[in-house]
Amino acid sequence: MITNIYMKRLFALAAGLVLSMQAQAGLTIQHWQTTTGAEVYFVENHDLPIIDLSVNFAAGSARDGAAKSGLAGITRYLMTLGAAGMSDEDISKSMADVGAVMGGELDADRASLKLRTLSSARERDQALTVYSKILQQPDFPAAVLEREKARIIAGLREAATQPESISSKAFMKALYGSHPYALDDSGEPETVAAIQREDLQKFYTTYYGAQGAVIALIGDMSREQATQIAERVTAGLPKTAAASPLPAVGYPDRPNEQRIAHPATQAHMLLGYPGVKRGDVDYFPLYVGNYILGGGGFVSRLTEEVREKRGLAYSVYSYFMPMAELGPFQIGLQTKRQQAEEALKVVRETLDKFMRDGVTQAELNAAKQNIIGGFPLRLDSNAKILDYLAVIGFYKLPLTYLDDFNTQVSKVTTAQIKDAFNRRIKTDKMVTVIVGADK
Amino acid sequence: MFIRWLLVISALLPAVAFADINVQEFKLDNGLRIIVQEDHRSPVVVSQVWYRAGSIDEVNGKTGVAHVLEHMMFKGTKKVKAGQFSRLVAAAGGRENAFTGNDYTCYFQQLEKSHLSLSLKLEADRMANLQLTKEEFSKEIRVVMEERRWRTEDKPQSLVNEQFQAAAYHAHPYARPVVGWMNDLENMTVEDARAWYNTWYAPNNAILVVVGDVKARDVLALATRYFGPLKAHSLPARKPQVEPEQKGERRVIVKAQAKLPYVLMGYHVPALQDPDNDWEPFALEILAGVLDGNASARLNQNLVRQQRIAVDVSAGYDMIQRGRLSLFEIDGTPSEGKAAAELEAALLQQIEQIKASGVSNEELQRVKAQVIAADVYQRDSMFYQGMQIGKLEVSGFSWRILKDYPEKLKAVTPEQVQAVARKYLVQDNLTVATLDPQPIDPNDNKPKGQPSDH
Repeated sequence: MITNIYMKRLFALAAGLVLSMQAQAGLTIQHWQTTTGAEVYFVENHDLPIIDLSVNFAAGSARDGAAKSGLAGITRYLMTLGAAGMSDEDISKSMADVGAVMGGELDADRASLKLRTLSSARERDQALTVYSKILQQPDFPAAVLEREKARIIAGLREAATQPESISSKAFMKALYGSHPYALDDSGEPETVAAIQREDLQKFYTTYYGAQGAVIALIGDMSREQATQIAERVTAGLPKTAAASPLPAVGYPDRPNEQRIAHPATQAHMLLGYPGVKRGDVDYFPLYVGNYILGGGGFVSRLTEEVREKRGLAYSVYSYFMPMAELGPFQIGLQTKRQQAEEALKVVRETLDKFMRDGVTQAELNAAKQNIIGGFPLRLDSNAKILDYLAVIGFYKLPLTYLDDFNTQVSKVTTAQIKDAFNRRIKTDKMVTVIVGADK
Repeated sequence: MFIRWLLVISALLPAVAFADINVQEFKLDNGLRIIVQEDHRSPVVVSQVWYRAGSIDEVNGKTGVAHVLEHMMFKGTKKVKAGQFSRLVAAAGGRENAFTGNDYTCYFQQLEKSHLSLSLKLEADRMANLQLTKEEFSKEIRVVMEERRWRTEDKPQSLVNEQFQAAAYHAHPYARPVVGWMNDLENMTVEDARAWYNTWYAPNNAILVVVGDVKARDVLALATRYFGPLKAHSLPARKPQVEPEQKGERRVIVKAQAKLPYVLMGYHVPALQDPDNDWEPFALEILAGVLDGNASARLNQNLVRQQRIAVDVSAGYDMIQRGRLSLFEIDGTPSEGKAAAELEAALLQQIEQIKASGVSNEELQRVKAQVIAADVYQRDSMFYQGMQIGKLEVSGFSWRILKDYPEKLKAVTPEQVQAVARKYLVQDNLTVATLDPQPIDPNDNKPKGQPSDH
């Protein structure tokens, strides 16, 4: 259903912010390996009678291959729609009967399957039984595959008419060229149509091995119970070697500006450049600097210049999305098509000034106050902590990474920000995509 | 990405309760109500100020003014200059935002617990001392128009929803979009915003909800210090607004550039009036769960998975409404090659089936199991718990009814579910809005049929 709530500012920034950083302190993370070779990250917490877990695989859309674009997403999704002889209906009913909720995500690097269940024995055991079957014995029923392909293709054709989807697809393609990060994780109508049941089975046995899988676990269970759960969910996973690294991302050698016609009332604009990796040496200066440029919600320079001073956009933001390889640095906004050029000019001037002059000490202090002072908000629910555990494990960040986070932030200097931005972001070679602007 | 948060609210809001949770309630002499829920799991606090002022209180020609004022609330007071509010919250490590709905406007901050006083100090200040200038207004109204373009003008399904509301309601203000009609935004002035602020922003029209690692007594002391000096003022009488009975099916067609059609249907149904004695709203809530409570629920199982006539379907009902009336909504996107009319017929057939044969005990138990679990899961989010309290209170109910909510749902029988379906889900009480998708010429760079844009 469409909701009728309007808010002052999009939550996009907040979400991007949370995803693009990890932090925690005073949180005891227990880490071990299962007998099958999966890495477990566990936080014991008995405040609520809930268990949350996710199993994470290097099975994201970067593994698709251009001809089978969409394969990773369909594989992950189809696992939940038929396993060990249970139909999609059996699976949904068994989960709903005990109030369990299954979820999961897919991006270019990672596929995850998530489970939230009550910790009481009957509910927990039934939920874990079904969840383990999904992980270990997916059936990939042919009829379900045909049905879901049709749904996905319909969604892709719909998305192809909408300016937001058009701009983001064109942006990733222009930014990444032939690198697998260019692939849309939903695929293309023709590549999805070509995907067969054997493709799913092969993808599953190749990328869903226990070796290298990361299990994040939090909630109402003892260490001993956690050990049993981790063994149980990984026991029957394929015995394959961990996935090989992805190819490195190349930098563009010339600017690339694309204009795409569209009759929408607003122009959608994206600007960007290959950004950072997880664990990148420049991560903290770039992260803190970006807070000042366009990450810090109402108080960023982009918001100040584009929205507050000129009323040119409802949402304008920038972020770094750290990935296994260089994830995007992205600036985005939408504005009435007639004023697209004006808004774009303001964005470019703001970015150029930021690169040329860097940030002030006062801005840096304010950024640190917010990032460091807001630290506890990142860890105020089991659901949030679960996601951090998965990121720490999947990207092999040190266990102390979160404890050290505030220290790393506090060390950043104005000189480091200016230096890192100028070394890493070449504003004369950026990708720009503009959908639906008046010329 | 940003939609996720909105969907969570709409999907979960009506549900949930908390049996054993520490909530305390206070009232200041100036009428400000304060509700504190202690939750000591993390050293954080969420503070929300809810105003009983939403689009339901607007009049024709000034639609959207509640939401515009929400934006203006960040534009400065005598003591805190424009933009400073956000800077002060940010410097304390806080996150903040605000949102407007049909029934309310809500402002919130999330902070490390020691900074609660900052939040209350700033909120009290802007409750009474907002400075509305023509200059700030002229910029911000453009931002709001961009928001409308982004959320509605260029989103075909949003346009359908807007037209659907306008067709389902004729007299009641729920007919009007929260964001406002573009024409009204274009003609709105700073005086309109000021009149709105002067009318509705007062301690006796507000509720402060605080959830977090705090002591209720300490919150009361802080709130008394900052909000206590504010003066109550008389509020306009809120006249009853009754929607005349619908006398026959209504239909709307919306043409917009898209690939797939879309159907949105709704029936007028009761909202919660008397929490102690009503049972129909709870039966309707269960009915929504039977139709769309999980992936194996009737609509998805039958129409998406078996008949494959739809790529998406959903059903929804929200019993908590300040206007004391609600809609039972069903919507869906037909599969490629299927017409909107076919999906509409299939959706209606699902309704007719329940009217004729009722629902099974098994289905009922499944929905109830989900309700019980959701009741526990929601305790993982302080923000969400605050939302529930605030939404109830702003709608004129007590947060205390949350306690009985799961029991009320558990008491619903299959016969009651069938009875509400038979009574309310009837053709003469139905509004159907359909998206008629218009092709896009890939070379066309001119906007269509949006006179308000020029």
